[in-house]
Amino acid sequence: MKEVPDTVVCSGCDAVYARTPLAPRDVAECPRCGTELDRHPGAQQRRILPLTVASLIMFAIANLFPIVEIELQGLRSQTTLAGAVVVLSAEGMSPVALLVLATTILFPLLQLCILAYLLVPLARAHRPWGFAVLVRMMQSLRPWGMIEVFLLGVLVAIVKLSSMATVVPGPALWAFVALTVTLTAVLSFNPGAFWEMTFRKADEEDAAAPEVRA
Amino acid sequence: MNMRGLPARLASARPWEAQADDEHDHENPVPTAAALGLHVCTHCTAVWRDAEDGDACARCGTRLHTRKPQSLNRTWAFLIAACIMYIPANLLPVMITRTLFGAQYDTILSGVIYFWVSGAWGLAAIVFIASFLVPLFKLAVLLLLVVLAQRRSNWRRRERAKLYHIIEIIGRWSMLDVFVVSLLTGLVQIQGFAVITAGVGIAAFGAVVVLTMLASLSFDPRLTWDGPVPQADTDERHIESREEKIA
Repeated sequence: MKEVPDTVVCSGCDAVYARTPLAPRDVAECPRCGTELDRHPGAQQRRILPLTVASLIMFAIANLFPIVEIELQGLRSQTTLAGAVVVLSAEGMSPVALLVLATTILFPLLQLCILAYLLVPLARAHRPWGFAVLVRMMQSLRPWGMIEVFLLGVLVAIVKLSSMATVVPGPALWAFVALTVTLTAVLSFNPGAFWEMTFRKADEEDAAAPEVRA
Repeated sequence: MNMRGLPARLASARPWEAQADDEHDHENPVPTAAALGLHVCTHCTAVWRDAEDGDACARCGTRLHTRKPQSLNRTWAFLIAACIMYIPANLLPVMITRTLFGAQYDTILSGVIYFWVSGAWGLAAIVFIASFLVPLFKLAVLLLLVVLAQRRSNWRRRERAKLYHIIEIIGRWSMLDVFVVSLLTGLVQIQGFAVITAGVGIAAFGAVVVLTMLASLSFDPRLTWDGPVPQADTDERHIESREEKIA
């Protein structure tokens, strides 16, 4: 088993291409099927860690405070995301509760934590323990985090309720808006790039080593 | 390392060249990793030669396969399950509202009609598209892709690739109704005045979304491009396709 260097294989149609250096903001698309082959990483690598930390803070606010409060004939009721999950499972809808828990709390949190765990040591060109498993996990979790869909769901729910009761948006709603923006930026980062980052660093060190000796 | 036998096609090749490729596909086939005996890792995109199917990628440890294993069988299984769940998802109530005046049972479509009648047309359109059209479109597209991939059809492959990209992007948005119902259930719990509970329909609906997402993840888009001639010469399908040609 030997690695074939500087080659890209299209994930959409299996066509083989030679890797060409990309200019900033360039996106290489497969001319046969239109699948994205490669993308210039740009300054994303430097921005991604601060954005991850910002997302984690927003995530905490979004989950600790109530999303909306309703008032109906002097009676008030409010809920957090976790509160909704608890009510659902208490009603015997635990599969749905589990689905909501996984797609809006568990998976996004897991993605952010893994990203932070991988990025901090990587700044010193060091691979943390469990690197391969965690990068693969990031890749598999990608389609299953649905914070942005949930945000749209909240807006639909608010409109639905507004005819029935007085609706007061809670602090978590604004946190969810901010989280959607930062998370979109964070998750547009392709986890496959982790392999390129660490490998290029290792190559550079190998190339630099003889010069130091000479 | 020399790159013997590897074509130096540029990634920045122009789109019109691709169309020319499609037309002259039989005389001048596009070099594929499968045809060149290369294995590509689906996780870290490393390209290997002299690798066997089922070997672990030397870089990240993922099992290497020329095509996703059992792709068509798995996609069929998820797809059929999703089609079955689609029926209760649309017929059973997804949300039950109990107020002082009685109970109201809402299905997916009655929710849309409620928005439409109350004048929130934009919202009615969003919910109708996300909860009704998107799952239906997804089921239809997956069915089309699987049937055509199974027949190794060459028909409109570029458009089929585009359809696959579209369903990968829009599939997640049908979770909208699951989130709306969950939030309303959690929020409207004013005992004696108004209580909203989730109906069985929402579980079926969530199952449709998850199953169609699993179906599109297990479908290998490269099967669309594998062409009418089977690659394994000893394969029975090869003989079958010859018989079809004669007939």
